[in-house]
Formats: sequence, structure tokens, C-alpha cells
Amino acid sequence: MSGGDTVNLLIQVSYYAAAFLFIMGLKRMSSPVTAASGIKWAGVGMVVATLITFAYPDMHNYTLMTTAIFIGGVLAWWTGKRVAMTDMPQMIALYNGMGGGAAAAISGVELLKGGEHSLVFMVLAVLGGVIGSISFSGSMIAFGKLQGLIRKDFRFKGQNILNIAILVVIAVLGIVVIGGDGNPNTIALFFTLALVLGVTMTLPIGGADMPVVISLYNALTGLAVAFEGFVLENAAMIIAGTVVGSAGTLLTQLMAKAMNRSLANVLFSGFGDSEGGTTEVSGSMKPIEAADVGVMMAFAQKVLIVPGYGMAVAQAQHKVWELSQLLIDRGVDVKFAIHPVAGRMPGHMNVLLAEAGVPYDLIYDADEINAEFETTDVALVIGANDVVNPVARTDKSSPIYGMPILDADKAHNCIVIKRGQGAGFSGIENVLFFLDNTRMLYGDGQAMASELISAVKEM
Amino acid sequence: MIELSAFAALYIFMLAAFTGYEVIGKVPAILHTPLMSGSNFVHGIVVVGAMVALGEAESTATQVIGFIGVVLGAGNAVGGYVVTERMLEMFRSSDRTKKNTDKGEGT
Repeated sequence: MSGGDTVNLLIQVSYYAAAFLFIMGLKRMSSPVTAASGIKWAGVGMVVATLITFAYPDMHNYTLMTTAIFIGGVLAWWTGKRVAMTDMPQMIALYNGMGGGAAAAISGVELLKGGEHSLVFMVLAVLGGVIGSISFSGSMIAFGKLQGLIRKDFRFKGQNILNIAILVVIAVLGIVVIGGDGNPNTIALFFTLALVLGVTMTLPIGGADMPVVISLYNALTGLAVAFEGFVLENAAMIIAGTVVGSAGTLLTQLMAKAMNRSLANVLFSGFGDSEGGTTEVSGSMKPIEAADVGVMMAFAQKVLIVPGYGMAVAQAQHKVWELSQLLIDRGVDVKFAIHPVAGRMPGHMNVLLAEAGVPYDLIYDADEINAEFETTDVALVIGANDVVNPVARTDKSSPIYGMPILDADKAHNCIVIKRGQGAGFSGIENVLFFLDNTRMLYGDGQAMASELISAVKEM
Repeated sequence: MIELSAFAALYIFMLAAFTGYEVIGKVPAILHTPLMSGSNFVHGIVVVGAMVALGEAESTATQVIGFIGVVLGAGNAVGGYVVTERMLEMFRSSDRTKKNTDKGEGT
């Protein structure tokens, strides 16, 4: 066996190991007990694959390569370490977009190099390029929106027709490129239009729908990586990209379902475009003082806490956990009930609670906990709105009809901490606030949690 | 390099697609965000492809594009790893929380 063969074999074995470690890592990440070790397994796979790639035969530009890894790595390390947990969704969008961009760059290099290639090679290179480009520019827009850099939802008549028109031109150019037209200008125009399409597709989508979109782009980047893996005959890229592509598609479906939206609905129309929400609200909102709530909770047997994104925005999760610990010390059964879209994306609220130190075995999904509301003395709703609105069960004309909700209205007493009397992002009145067993505790989430803590302590 | 026939590649594609679906299928909602972040890290493997593309680039144009590709790919891999690890480090059960009373991490 010659030296070159040994190196080739070593490269293939390393890629094989990397693919194995990625799948095992993802598998371990699917249980909270083993999750933290899962990412480390996958991390080892990535390091092995990256290092062995330096040994690839017939390569040059090593200085450029090392510099590029250094620049990208350090920037990402620095931003990743600094970002606050509430801002996690947009960082995922940012890093995901970078992956899409990298896949598009591979496609660009391979197409510009020219040479004789099979039809399959050309088709996959072109498809990976267009998908990667859309994922790149679309993810950047998603990042800008969640970060608050882009505040408007640019919606106009005929946006879908414009997008289809761009797509048609891209398809025509793509066929020309596949046909072997090595003209750099054609290729440049092709990529530019793909980037533009990512922007025009994402700009009209509202901030509340962004998590679904980010998840979709995550799946698309995986697909683009898999296609470029075919082009480079790199099995590790094919496997990793495809696994992410299919897992990401499933995650996207789960998220859209939890928000009661179809994917098509998210992509092609804004929230609230449909008419509805005509439920007559009777009764009035009844305010309550923190001291009274403190007494109520301290002498309760069971308290369920229903947190929403509003709690995280008010940075109240630490205070809420402090309050829960006081109650637990008094012998109260305290649990956290989490709606799938309680944070900015499914599972985000769990991360925010985990950051405050709440153990994951006190945190329950909607399906697990909903039956317990009927035997609950106090349901404390903090910063959540639409996800506890009973009209989702009753009013067929409501835009949120059919969305799974937390049955906070079934608790003996329901306390809602809320800044003012406004409606949720959907603009729908919340019937829960007007029920006889509901009391409103008006104020900032963190301030009210502090008041509740002192009220419980005084007893 | 070891030749990868088009059909072998297609088989890999099909099996990997089912694997991804199965691995995520039974995951509790509490892990959706970390898992999305973790899968985001996994497609950071694209950095390897970008390295090969840059390594074989001859003209200035392909070198520039390849360079950008490697920067972006490395950012995907490293950033994806850092944020996923930070999120998953926080998940602990109530036994561990009692032993470990200081909350948060001091980065």
C-alpha cells in the first residue's frame, strides 16, 4: 500500500467516525439526562473531521485556509459566549445562515472551476447553491428581525407573484448553468438572484413566526450541505446534511403544529390576515393585591406556574424560582407548566428556566400537565396570554381555534401577572382574564414576583 | 479518493434521512430548541467541504469565494457548538440543583 493510499484510508475512516459521532451525539441530545454529553460527542466528530481534512491530497492555499478558520472560529466563539439566553433563537439563525452561505460558496467554486462533469454533479451543485443562498440571506433577515434591527414586516400586494417570478428566472439560469455555460457572469447573476429571493421571501414574515422559519432554513441548510457533499463525494457531509435536513423538517412541522399554523400559512401570508375573533366577552377583569396572592399560594396544596415570554423579557425567572423554592419549603407542590411555544421557539422557555436554576423534572409539557389543573389551587400565569386563552377550545371563528392551550382556567384560582390590559400578539381578547375565578395582578413581572416573595416570607 | 458511486450515495441519502427522522421523532418539546441548535452545529461539517473547495481553488475568484466559504463554515461549526453547549449545560435534575446552589454561569 503506498503512502497516498494510507492517507486516503485514514481520511475515510475519520469521516466515518465523524458521521457515527454526529448521529450518536444527536441521539444523546434527545434526552435531558444525556443531552450535555451529546454535544461533546458531536464536537469530537467535528474536530476529527476538520483536522484530517488538512491531509487531503493535492491541496494548496493552506495559509488562506487556516486564516479563514481562525477568523470564522474566533468571531463565532466570541459572539456565542456573550449572547444572552433570551437572544438564543437569533444566534441559531445567524450561525445557520453562515452554514448555508458556506454550502453556496462550495457550489460557486465548483461551478466556476468548470471542467467536464456528469449531469447529476451539475444538478446537485446548482440545487445546493440556490438552497444554500436562500438559507443564507433568509437567515440573516430572520436574525435582523429577532435582534430588532428590522422592525417592519414589509408586506405588499403581489409579493408572492414577485417571488415566483424571481424563482422562475433562477430556474432558467440554473438550467443554463447545468447545460455547461461556464460564463462567470451567468453564474454570478444566478447566485445574486438566489440571495435576493431569500430576502424577499423572509421580509414579509412577522417576528412571531420567525422560529418556524429559522427551523425551516436549518433544514434547508442541511439539505444544501448534503447536495454539496454529493458534489465533493464526501460521505460525512452527505450523512450529516441529510440527517439534519430530515430532522429539521420534522422539527419545523412540530413547531408549526404547536402554533396552530400550517407551514404554507407562515410562508405566504401574515398572521391576522384572516378575519375572526368575534367572541363576546362578558364580565370584567378583577384586580388583586400581591399580599393576598401570597397568602393564597402559601396555604395552597398545589401551585402550577405558567410562564410566557413576557416573564423572560422582564427577567423575572430568577425571582419566580426563588418564590417557588419558598413555597416548596412550606410543603406546597409546585410545578411549571410549559406551552410548546411559550418562549420564542419550542423548548426555549425550558432553557430560560434552566438558566435560573429550575430543575427539569419540575417542568412539564402541556400534554403531561393539563389534566392536573382541575386539582390545582392556584395557577400563576406570568407573561403568557394567547397560550392560556380558552377560546382556542370553544370559539370556532377565532384565529387561534384548535391551538393546544394550557387549561389554566380550570384551576380553582387563576392569578394573572400582566403589565396592562392589552391583548396578546394575535390581538385577541383573552376570555380567561374575565372569568370569575381569575384575578389580575397588574405590574412588571419581576417587581410582582419580588412582592410575592416578601408576602410569602412575612408569614 | 475512494470512489463513491451515485447509487451508493443515493442509499446513504435515503438511510440518513430515515435516521434523522427517527432520532428526533420521540424528543420531548423541552429539548426542541437545544436540538435545533445541535443539528445546526452538525451541518457545520460544511466547513470540511469548504476547505477542500478552497484547497483546490486556482483562480483569484475561486480563492476569494472559497475563503469566504471557510470563514462561514467555521463560524457555523464553532458558534453552533458554543451556544448548544451553553444551553445544555444548564439542564440539571433537582438532585443536582440541591448540591449545586449557585445559579447561572459566570462567563
